[in-house]
Amino acid sequence: MNGPLISVQALGKSFSSADGHPVPVLDDITLDVDEGEFVALLGRSGSGKSTLLRCIAGLIAPSEGEVLFRGQRLAGTNRDTTMVFQTFALLPWLTVQQNVEIGLEARRVAPAQRTERALRAIDLVGLDGYESAYPKELSGGMRQRVGFARALVVEPAALLMDEPFSALDVLTSENLRGELLELWEGQRFPTKTMVMVTHNIEEAVLLADRILVLGTNPGRIRADMRNPLARPRRRRTQGFEELVDRIYRMMTQRDSAPATAPARPGAGSGGTLGDSPLPQATVDGVSGLAEVLLGRHDGAADLPDLADNLGLEVDDLLPLVDALVLLGFAGLRGERLTLSHHGKIFAGASIQDSKEIFARAALDHAPLVRTIYRALRGSLDGNLPAGFFTDILRTHAGEDEAARQLDVAVNWGRYAELYAYDAARGQIIREEHGIGATLADRPEPARRGTLHLYLGAAPGSGKTFTMLRDGRALRDHGEDVVVGFAQARDRPRTAEAIRGLEIVPACPRGDGPRRRAGPQARCSPRR
Amino acid sequence: MAVTPTFPSRGSLRRLRFRPLDAVVGAGVFLLIYAVVRVGASAHVPIRPGQASAISTSPSRLPYYAARSLLRMFVALFFAYTFSLGYAYVAARNRRARRVMIPALDILQSVPVLGFLAVTVTFFLALFPGSELGLEAASVFAVFTSQAWNITFSFYHSLVTQSGELDEASRLMGLSRWKRFWSIDVPGGAIGLVWNGMMSFGGSWFFLTASELIIVGGHRYTLPGVGSYVEVAVEQGQLGHVVWGIVTMIVMILAVNVVFWRPLVAYVERFRLEQTESSQKPRSVVLDALRRSSWPVLAGRTRRAIAEPVNQLMGAATGIDDRSLVSHAARRRAADVAFAAVVAAVLGFGLYSMLAYIAAGQQGLGVLGQAFGLGFLTFLRVAVVVAVSSVIWVPVGVWIGFNPRVAQYLQPVVQVFASFPANFIFPFAIVLFLDIGLSLNYGSILLMALGTQWYILFNVIAGASAVPSDMREAMDNLAVHGRERWRRMILPAVFPAYVTGAITAAGGAWNASIVAEIVIYNRHVLVARGLGSFISQATASNNFHEIIAGILVMAVYVTGLNALLWRRLYSIAESKYALA
Repeated sequence: MNGPLISVQALGKSFSSADGHPVPVLDDITLDVDEGEFVALLGRSGSGKSTLLRCIAGLIAPSEGEVLFRGQRLAGTNRDTTMVFQTFALLPWLTVQQNVEIGLEARRVAPAQRTERALRAIDLVGLDGYESAYPKELSGGMRQRVGFARALVVEPAALLMDEPFSALDVLTSENLRGELLELWEGQRFPTKTMVMVTHNIEEAVLLADRILVLGTNPGRIRADMRNPLARPRRRRTQGFEELVDRIYRMMTQRDSAPATAPARPGAGSGGTLGDSPLPQATVDGVSGLAEVLLGRHDGAADLPDLADNLGLEVDDLLPLVDALVLLGFAGLRGERLTLSHHGKIFAGASIQDSKEIFARAALDHAPLVRTIYRALRGSLDGNLPAGFFTDILRTHAGEDEAARQLDVAVNWGRYAELYAYDAARGQIIREEHGIGATLADRPEPARRGTLHLYLGAAPGSGKTFTMLRDGRALRDHGEDVVVGFAQARDRPRTAEAIRGLEIVPACPRGDGPRRRAGPQARCSPRR
Repeated sequence: MAVTPTFPSRGSLRRLRFRPLDAVVGAGVFLLIYAVVRVGASAHVPIRPGQASAISTSPSRLPYYAARSLLRMFVALFFAYTFSLGYAYVAARNRRARRVMIPALDILQSVPVLGFLAVTVTFFLALFPGSELGLEAASVFAVFTSQAWNITFSFYHSLVTQSGELDEASRLMGLSRWKRFWSIDVPGGAIGLVWNGMMSFGGSWFFLTASELIIVGGHRYTLPGVGSYVEVAVEQGQLGHVVWGIVTMIVMILAVNVVFWRPLVAYVERFRLEQTESSQKPRSVVLDALRRSSWPVLAGRTRRAIAEPVNQLMGAATGIDDRSLVSHAARRRAADVAFAAVVAAVLGFGLYSMLAYIAAGQQGLGVLGQAFGLGFLTFLRVAVVVAVSSVIWVPVGVWIGFNPRVAQYLQPVVQVFASFPANFIFPFAIVLFLDIGLSLNYGSILLMALGTQWYILFNVIAGASAVPSDMREAMDNLAVHGRERWRRMILPAVFPAYVTGAITAAGGAWNASIVAEIVIYNRHVLVARGLGSFISQATASNNFHEIIAGILVMAVYVTGLNALLWRRLYSIAESKYALA
């Protein structure tokens, strides 16, 4: 067989939000899967890994690039592949055997042969005796076995798995993983090529020959590595743990990079709406994690250990870590998370005190919370529609992300008593009592709007340079400075002055980034 | 605790957002009706009064009449299911068709079935000249229109909310459209199809009985059936025979429920999507008996023998259900524009000629104004019906719903009440009105309420029995009683079910106004001023200009109220007060 079985070339995928604004999910994915390979696509939620799997299956069309299967460009559903689904996707009104047979029937296999092959597949996954049972009579693990039998019975060229074990409990999934491996290694079925989507690092290391780590927003391939470990692989060996730690670092690294920058003192030093999005973490989760850390020696712990001890997946843990770091309650170095001075006070405080500490931290470091709080203080009747903030956020993120961000901000702000939210009317409301009102009594640093005029005789007289330089200086003093539509126009000095300022280029609605010449041409903020 | 769904079932009242296109489509539906009217009006069938069967009021004829009525009901049900499956499937799968079909269905639902009867009778008589088949078809059509819409909405809703993973699994397995329809789409919607089918069937008894004897253009048309039996008995003032008719009706409703619907409801439990065994399952003695017999095995064997070749054949004919990954955005947009242009052109022309037709009547377009005025009177009656029924039945429904044992016995009874054609009780009410000298202007309110109030009661019982007992225990624990308990817990908790019931009741009341605002009893003709009697009188005098105007105005009232009031209440109910 010549060439790869599956070839993904420069694939990009974006979904359009309600207002037609495209939200990129996958960007520039190039990847070959050879016959006989076991590949794991590993990433956090939002990395578009399931979308990539569905592009390979021919279920959804890529926005850019293409998917080749045996050298042929996919034009419809790729029926040489079958998929095992996270929620099993069985037909509850058919028996186990009927569920397994239905794919064979669609392939015009004669009835007698159909029965024989189905029974063999059911036997293979260890469900002998359950042929006439209905899915609702089976446990989750058994249902997923039916899912495997249904996918394997048609002997696909490649088996695709979308988080096949994540809906199962720990013991069941461990058991099923072992059995899948046993079947695959023992060559008990003809399908050799497997592509699995997962967010569980240990699962990927345990099963796959090759691990692809996807980054988030939009998903890009961050690493493509061979799994050097010989089979059978054991969890508690040094090689195994080292590999897991390495991948852990890879997955945590860039996502929390902006937040790990040392926080400058003083209000408003956090960042901007664009560069510090709020992690999807609830206040309960954040303070829970802080308390767990406080109980540790030195208030520090390694992320893999922490996840292991708490029984949490990366997806659940990382947003909490991001939130602690963003709020200045903890610092992350490599994979070691250490509670800061503030964090220790926060974790040990009483409910009322910890609310106030949280309120100050959120105002200082969470730009969205700060923006909402200030906007409410400035509004006449102390009321603003939530849609006002989602509109602002939409320029930085997609529709869904904007809604998620606002949810977090509402959750944090409500807890901190900075503002209230009326869900029925969709209004965010100023808190007239409590912490929100007390904090407002603090004299705020003067930030009146000053109009500076930069006059110059001719192009190239240095107006733009001076303006941008002053802008940077103001920003370093904690002012919010946003420059609209600045271009360096090939002037190195201007380009140098722009550095560190947030630029929001004019971006026509629904038009999207038409030409992707460079980062400046995109509709998301750049620094 | 027995938890019954509301009727129409949850989600089937959910609609697309109202868009200007919807109004355009509404106009289109009227054009269709208008076209049928024109065909019917121009047909001029010679009417020989001897042609229609004479109805004997002897009780011994009742079993035969009952059988004829029942046959009509099931023929209509067959067509209703066929229509619903096809219509909902196309609407769910075809993006362009959906934008027209769903609003169209909404309008169709608000067209008064009975007002349309004169038109359909004329049409079907022309279609089957010289035979009773035309009358039969008209009656079946009236029953069909009262059954089909809710079934269609329920199936459409189940198709568009189908799980994405099931869809993907089906495409990867390469199921044919035929196979997919019967092994995924229909089973997935089966519970809604049967539940809404059963409730709509119950509601359609009223339309059956009202359509068996009608007067069009001064001619009486009668079909042998329970409905015509009772009406003839009423006209002759034989209340004793009316009672016999009522008894037959009750027996028939109960028999159909026990022999047909209960077994079906219990059977489709296996198509429940939640993959867990539910503790409270609907049961049916008849189904249990059937299951113990050897029929299922035989039937299964035959089905399997036939299914294989049929599936092969139909699979090849319908092709594999797949979506192309290649799309041509520009071509698609051009086709969209062309589609919109064609729809707009057809509607524009049709609307113009319809208004021209109405204007050609004796009163010209002024008849629309008159109908609007009368419509307001009927609207007031409908409002009183809904308000008074709510005040009476909400507390009763809550009490029944909170007592599982009472609910278990009373809910089927209420279901029979809701099914029972209220026009059978009209004569007794009329006797009362004549006796105390009450004008039908007010009395018709009671007549309208007789048939429609039960939907409020039925749905409130369903809503109340779904309230978790934890919530009530918590209120007990906190000693929240009386007014506060009603305001804080009971009313909000039953609100979604109540809104569903009130929408159905209001829709039913509009329809009922056509028979409730004009009543003939023992040579007395009582008339109330209103849109219902306007349509009835236009029907009797064969004035098609007025019929069209009346139907148009009533549908405008119903859709307008839906958009302005009920749709909003429903979305509040779904977002704020939903318990699930």
